[in-house]
Amino acid sequence: MSEASPGILYCHCQYAQVVPREVKEAVLKRLCEAGVPFEAVADLCEMSARHDPALKRLAETGSIKVAACFPRAVKWLFAAAGAPLPLSGTEVSNMRTESADDIVAALLRAGIKPNLPTGKVTAADAPSAEPSTASA
Amino acid sequence: MALTQPALRVLLYEGESARPFEAGERYDSIKTLLERGFAVTSINGGGRVAPADSSPLLVLGRFDNGAEPEFDGATASVRTRNISGFQPQQLGDLVETARTEMQAAPRGEWKPWFPVIDYDRCTNCMQCLSFCLFGVYGVDTDRRIQVQNQDNCKTNCPACSRVCPEAAIMFPKYKAGPINGDVVSQADLQREKMKIDISALLGGDVYEMLRTRSERAKSRFSKERDSDKALNERQKCLVKLAQAGDIPAEVLMSLPSPEEIQRRAEEAAAKAQAALSGR
Repeated sequence: MSEASPGILYCHCQYAQVVPREVKEAVLKRLCEAGVPFEAVADLCEMSARHDPALKRLAETGSIKVAACFPRAVKWLFAAAGAPLPLSGTEVSNMRTESADDIVAALLRAGIKPNLPTGKVTAADAPSAEPSTASA
Repeated sequence: MALTQPALRVLLYEGESARPFEAGERYDSIKTLLERGFAVTSINGGGRVAPADSSPLLVLGRFDNGAEPEFDGATASVRTRNISGFQPQQLGDLVETARTEMQAAPRGEWKPWFPVIDYDRCTNCMQCLSFCLFGVYGVDTDRRIQVQNQDNCKTNCPACSRVCPEAAIMFPKYKAGPINGDVVSQADLQREKMKIDISALLGGDVYEMLRTRSERAKSRFSKERDSDKALNERQKCLVKLAQAGDIPAEVLMSLPSPEEIQRRAEEAAAKAQAALSGR
């Protein structure tokens, strides 16, 4: 993983209503308030369908935090455009399911927690709200 | 379809020689441009953004003293615009004009609805290729399934994802999991009853199929103990079935004649068979 601070990519999911408007607008607003550099794209799906070379540019930054939708979808949207994201250098925050507070905190904190799926992803891989009861 | 023109990259520049924006102005400017379909790099303070490449660059900044920055590393055209005095809402037209002048690709002409394959799950069974009547799927030189004609996909139709036995086909703009990219549960893999009756679509009477399935659904739910739950589930199920597993009515209406469907189905099946036998 790169030593430099990860890049930030924000997707506005412009062409569908599946990401709550209040979440995506709050995330964008707070990125703007934070005074950090970031990349903002209108719609990753469109870029993937068009094999937009910008995806390759973004994937090749080495380590990147993405505010978009489900990590599995983000991973394969990039791959479909011939721009695979680095598995060990990508952290995706899901604006469909997470709060703006959590997403902004993840985007702005130092370091990166890679979370792209590897192999088949099942419900067992989803984070649990309950503490584990398994003994060590 | 891949871009035939380069994609414009807009830089909202607040570095050296440019007067910075207030946070609200920055937000309004970027949001305006995103809503017009543009990709924006916001450069302010320290930190990293993707390097310049062959994409044409349009640099927007408040260069009050007339000194515009130099950009090294860009291998394509770079234009700079002084946007001092511009309202954020005016930027959309300014950038659109520049995009046309720079012969960059237009945006937002099509709702990006198309299948995305999860190759961690895909077994290359070719059911999607056999099923799709619109030529969305094909195979690559290694005879591996791939999405080749995204534009042929019928907006809001996720039918091929429902015939995938591994739930490997995603539509990221779909409303629910696992089709939207959410994790896949065992229940998702055992959803036989919700799968589309392929044989009916391939030349049968779709509406008769829906009626039959509705009757089956009624029969199944009559065995439920919890009557309220059963009613609720039945309503949900009937709505679902009425849409033929979420196939929009427009898609059903746009299906070609039974003969043409049969011809396309045979063509797709032959393509799938050839791919499978060659591996």
